[in-house]
Amino acid sequence: MSLIAVRPAAAFAEAGFRRWATYRQAAVAGVFVNTVFGVIKLSILLAVARSAGGSVAGYDPAALSTYAWVSQALIAVVMIFTDTELADRVRTGDIAVDLARPVDLQLSWLAADLGRAAWSLISRGIVPIAFGAAFFGFHVPSDPTSIALLVPSVVLAVVVSFALRFMLNLTAFWLTEVRGIVLLYVFCSGLLAGHLIPTQLFPGWLHTLAYATPFPAIVQTPIDLTTGLATGTQAAALVAAQVAWAIGLLAMGRVVLARATRRLVVQGG
Amino acid sequence: MAEVTSTSAAYLALVRSRVSAQASYRTSFAIELASQVLLIVVEFAEVYVVFHQVRSLGGFDFAEVALLYGLSVSAFGLADLAVGHVDRLPFYLRTGSFDAFMLRPLSALGQLVTSDFALRRLGRVLTGVVVLVIAVVAAHVTMTPAHLLLLVTTPIAGAVIFGSVFIATATIGFHVTEGMEFANAFTYGGSYLSSFPFTVFGRVIRRLFTFLVPVAFVAYLPALAILDRRDPLGLPTWLSWCGLPVSLIAVAAAIALWRNGLRHYVGAGS
Amino acid sequence: MSKTVPVAEGVIDVQELRREFVVRRNAGRLRRTRDVVAAVDGVTFRVTAGECVGYIGANGAGKSTTIKMLTGILVPTGGTVRVCGLEPVRERTSLARRIGVVFGQRSQLWWDLPLRESFRLLGAIHRLPDSRWQPRLAECVELLEMGPVLDTPVRQLSLGQRMRGEVSAALLHSPELLVLDEPTIGLDLLSKERLRAFLVRERAERGTTILLTTHDLPDIERLCDRILVVDAGRVAFDGTLPGLVSRVGAQRVLVVELTEPGPALTGVPGTTVTAVEADGLRQHLSFRAEETTAAAVIAAVSARVELRDLMVREPDIEDVVRRLYLG
Repeated sequence: MSLIAVRPAAAFAEAGFRRWATYRQAAVAGVFVNTVFGVIKLSILLAVARSAGGSVAGYDPAALSTYAWVSQALIAVVMIFTDTELADRVRTGDIAVDLARPVDLQLSWLAADLGRAAWSLISRGIVPIAFGAAFFGFHVPSDPTSIALLVPSVVLAVVVSFALRFMLNLTAFWLTEVRGIVLLYVFCSGLLAGHLIPTQLFPGWLHTLAYATPFPAIVQTPIDLTTGLATGTQAAALVAAQVAWAIGLLAMGRVVLARATRRLVVQGG
Repeated sequence: MAEVTSTSAAYLALVRSRVSAQASYRTSFAIELASQVLLIVVEFAEVYVVFHQVRSLGGFDFAEVALLYGLSVSAFGLADLAVGHVDRLPFYLRTGSFDAFMLRPLSALGQLVTSDFALRRLGRVLTGVVVLVIAVVAAHVTMTPAHLLLLVTTPIAGAVIFGSVFIATATIGFHVTEGMEFANAFTYGGSYLSSFPFTVFGRVIRRLFTFLVPVAFVAYLPALAILDRRDPLGLPTWLSWCGLPVSLIAVAAAIALWRNGLRHYVGAGS
Repeated sequence: MSKTVPVAEGVIDVQELRREFVVRRNAGRLRRTRDVVAAVDGVTFRVTAGECVGYIGANGAGKSTTIKMLTGILVPTGGTVRVCGLEPVRERTSLARRIGVVFGQRSQLWWDLPLRESFRLLGAIHRLPDSRWQPRLAECVELLEMGPVLDTPVRQLSLGQRMRGEVSAALLHSPELLVLDEPTIGLDLLSKERLRAFLVRERAERGTTILLTTHDLPDIERLCDRILVVDAGRVAFDGTLPGLVSRVGAQRVLVVELTEPGPALTGVPGTTVTAVEADGLRQHLSFRAEETTAAAVIAAVSARVELRDLMVREPDIEDVVRRLYLG
């Protein structure tokens, strides 16, 4: 698969990292907000556990703390609230410039997004987790399979979320205003991904519904590997599901992009 | 007096122009209205999931937490509708639109507040009121005149409190260029937190969101009176009735912060 | 400098005006230095009623900073500023009712509303009865030929159309003072000329005082009877355009293209050859407007060689200003 060579991919990733690294004030503000929301979310979950007699759906207080802080750390990494940069480029017609470049549009944006995610993890992820671990406790994974799969799982979470956001942005080719559908995405991803509340707490029907979508793969799966709620073959199965979603959604994104490009060519933008 | 009427006529014209500008985008307006309703459904799903696991949270049952949620969402929805767009201040500052405000014979804050009137946010207010009404019935609230008075005035006082928080935190934009996310901790964070019983939170968070950012007065404290309960944490009962005066103090504080921010913008130091 | 003692207060009265900014720079990886820079550094001038003053200078000379202080957007660090007898920042809203401001790069119109609606809103904002702003607008619409675009949303207007809208918007409340910041920037020649003619008329009919910044020399020639040149935050020249040109000796340049190569065209009265290109096929002859005319130079040159093409280049503002500091 030489759609994108390794060197340009690394360059795109580095550019993505550097570009976002210029927003330092924003990163400080983001850490603060993530931490405040983390405290609120965790307080509610701990109260749930107290009412349930100490632990709930397999989560003890340390696991809940881990859940809360890893899910907060992942907000920016997997861009729960998405962005509309690509959609804006479609709307303004700048997309034509991107399409004219001698690199694959989807994979070059993916490379840049991985760079951005790396910066987000460093700048916005570490502090909330450290804060949470210091004040509320943290479950350090001990299962070798989970530990080995943790980093791949976070990368796959970014890839799956990218593939979804990529398609979401491409709807701008067909819709004049994407804000409505973006809001829809944010609400669904917030709940179904397990960002607001762990999927293990869902009633059966909602749990089934959530796991019929790719959303748990972008938040809940990396968390499950950290909290120790998924170990061994169970952890491997979850990561395998991430791989399947990543490949399937990226392929789907290519089909959508091809259709959008044809539309652009036919209608002249 | 003639001057006053005329100034309000100017603001009215501004708001009316914002409403008519939205009417020209009907489809996207409908989608956004629908997504505002969906937002409530998803948010409330969290409460629903919690009570799928347990029968009470911090000493409050499902209907009682729904009451908190209804009060909080109606108030936040109203504030968001009226002034939620003030967080666009950094954008106005960057593009120079704010200078256009400064060149007109009206208050810059007044113009910022009336620079948008996002009718789609009505979806949130209406859904909030529906949740509130259902919760009042489900929680078996005894309908005394006092309770009714609280039920009607609380969302208004709450909206004024949230509106003040929106304005106060938007002034961050005068001081730092990309720090607007800070505001979210108090606006959206305050809204999130106010829909749960304060008994759930630790002391630092409780004090912060009662005395510094007074969102305890949006739902939790008045709900105690509506439900005829005493505060398990020992706050005096009369605080439940302080929503309106607290909201006025919040407005005064927000305006003071705005003046300070504007002084910084015109370079008078702060 | 001759001192005139004015009886009435000027429309603009600026004394020893200063504005400092703190500039933070990255010095090395982690260190940041903090410098205080004076963008406006002791500017004094007065504009009396009915004058049209060109406020010129290179980018970064302090023009925009001064305009912000005149219009109440920025507080001076030192000195005093009074506009229409008011203190701009403290009495901002009162001042806003008496002045009109156009920033060439920024819009005061509502981009999502038809032009007509923007005017209606400004009428309401200035608390003007319909009987006051509507005739004024009708006049602007007629003179600036805006009739066909009144119902077009502002975002769909061309720059020229939008600019006419901006100027009309600034004049809707019949201000005593009109401040124009780069009003003709980016406009085509026709639009520029239409705008200038309109402003000339506005001044003649209503006696509106005008202060404008521009990079466009014809703007100054057509509109201004006085210019202030600022450089590095200070007034470097205050006088008329011919006065400035004669002081710096700004030169016009006749560029001629000959039918065949030849030697430098030296010796034409009142000129100096400043450039010879392509073996003499193209030559530049500089001359001073007060010593000879373009017609005389062309006649003298065409008596000696056969001309294929010619062009007269006027001194531009940057050139004049640059010479001011060199001389």
